[in-house]
Amino acid sequence: MHPAPSVILFTTLSGLGFGLMIFLGLGFPPVTGWVAFWFFAFAFGLSVGGLLASTFHLGHPERALKAFSQWRTSWLSREAIAAVAALVVMGIYAVGAVFMGTRITALGWISAALSLATVITTAMIYAQLKSVPRWNQIATPLHLVSVSLAGGALLAGQISAAQVLLLVAGVIQIGHWWVGDTRFAEAGQSIASATGLGRPGHVRAFEAPHTGTNYLLREMVHVVGRKHARRLRRIAFVSGYALPLCLILIPGAAHGLGGLAVVSHVVGIAVSRWLFFAQAEHVVGLYYGARG
Amino acid sequence: MTSLPTHTDRKLGLVIDLDTCVGCHACVIACKGWNTEHYGAPLSDQDAYGAAPSGTFLNRVHSYEITPEAGPAQLVHFPKSCLHCEDAPCVTVCPTGASYKRVEDGIVLVNEADCIGCGLCAWACPYGAREMDLTARVMKKCTLCIDRIYNENLPEQDRMPACVRTCPSGARHFGDLGDPDSDVSQLVASRGGFDLMPDLGTRPVNKYLPPRPKDQWDDTDILAPFLEPVAQTPQGFLGWLDRALERL
Repeated sequence: MHPAPSVILFTTLSGLGFGLMIFLGLGFPPVTGWVAFWFFAFAFGLSVGGLLASTFHLGHPERALKAFSQWRTSWLSREAIAAVAALVVMGIYAVGAVFMGTRITALGWISAALSLATVITTAMIYAQLKSVPRWNQIATPLHLVSVSLAGGALLAGQISAAQVLLLVAGVIQIGHWWVGDTRFAEAGQSIASATGLGRPGHVRAFEAPHTGTNYLLREMVHVVGRKHARRLRRIAFVSGYALPLCLILIPGAAHGLGGLAVVSHVVGIAVSRWLFFAQAEHVVGLYYGARG
Repeated sequence: MTSLPTHTDRKLGLVIDLDTCVGCHACVIACKGWNTEHYGAPLSDQDAYGAAPSGTFLNRVHSYEITPEAGPAQLVHFPKSCLHCEDAPCVTVCPTGASYKRVEDGIVLVNEADCIGCGLCAWACPYGAREMDLTARVMKKCTLCIDRIYNENLPEQDRMPACVRTCPSGARHFGDLGDPDSDVSQLVASRGGFDLMPDLGTRPVNKYLPPRPKDQWDDTDILAPFLEPVAQTPQGFLGWLDRALERL
């Protein structure tokens, strides 16, 4: 799949922002006043910034309001609703904490739940697609949620929670890669099943339907950069999970080291997210002779 | 609404005969011609006369080579457009309700005024049937020429999809695949029509007819053994040349 910068930016930043919101909503740390202002500003900046970035890949962003209507069937619609609901409830909660010095616990819990729901709905947009076998697995929502929680804990300064969550997220990341590498073969689609021509003999794509490229090839049969996949996976794993975990394991890790851990984590997750798209193969590639 | 209908009154669709398609691409051109001038946004091209032309098409013809265990390879031309699936994954993922499946005839359509151009339906389609138009920035797909098949301003023989009307080899058939007695259903039954990627559970309405088995190497003409054998040793001048060259 084409790794569009807007979508990589969106899933990375808003995942982090909503992860932070989950912890703020639950009252970890129990901040009020100016400290709360900066925490909430950061959380809103990341999540809203991510959502805005995601609208850049829309053909008609001016019609975005229509996307709130089809929650019965569409995970993308559910995501839009969950995101706006989380931001609104969290906004009210934040006003209380920042300007009135009181944290309304129930409101905090609701906004935490809505934030978690937002991350899950984002993950399900990818996990539901049978046409992209690598994403179509249970580890996809686990991966995106665990990364969001780990990043949120890191940003919220919840060191002990972050240690556990980074470890868990790192293990799930490896699991997602591991399972993902064989998903296409397991899904059982081939040029023979795609064309239905397998019975008489071996099928080979002889000629493409067009001399140039097209939307399908640009969007769904992206192959650039796959040769560096192993190296990028190592970078993503070390920078996104291992290094931040080591940094916050140092006893009495100061703000400086914590900040470094956050930066390393975000860079690593962005690389991981690039791979998430670039390595995902759509079955339509079979019609164009992808995978032999 | 992007919920799929539980039942459609008819299942209009295409039956494509891979045995008779000659790969002329006339259906591609007829489709582009009709659909760029009528229903919805035109099918735009980018850099049409430049070095890297590309454009939106609702129907494309691939070509595949089949190499059997024994015998010569076979070339199959393979037109592909929207299959108007009964369980269309492209419809349910749409966040705005722009994509829908009609209850009356099962045709899957896009209401372009509601499309936000997110592209998720194209991701959800395993067949590559949907293409985003880069100029209109909305999703385009086969409409089964909905503005032809019900169009009473057209002569009756033209009330079928443009691709079917134009096909010079009779490889494309249009009809109600929900009616077991219709011509297309009979054709599918008699020729062993099949679905593309049936395991994905999309239940396509469009069907493909397999290429018929070809003659084998060994069943050449029964009269062949009685034919005069071709002279193996050259005679006359060529014979002299052959012997002279061998002696050198």
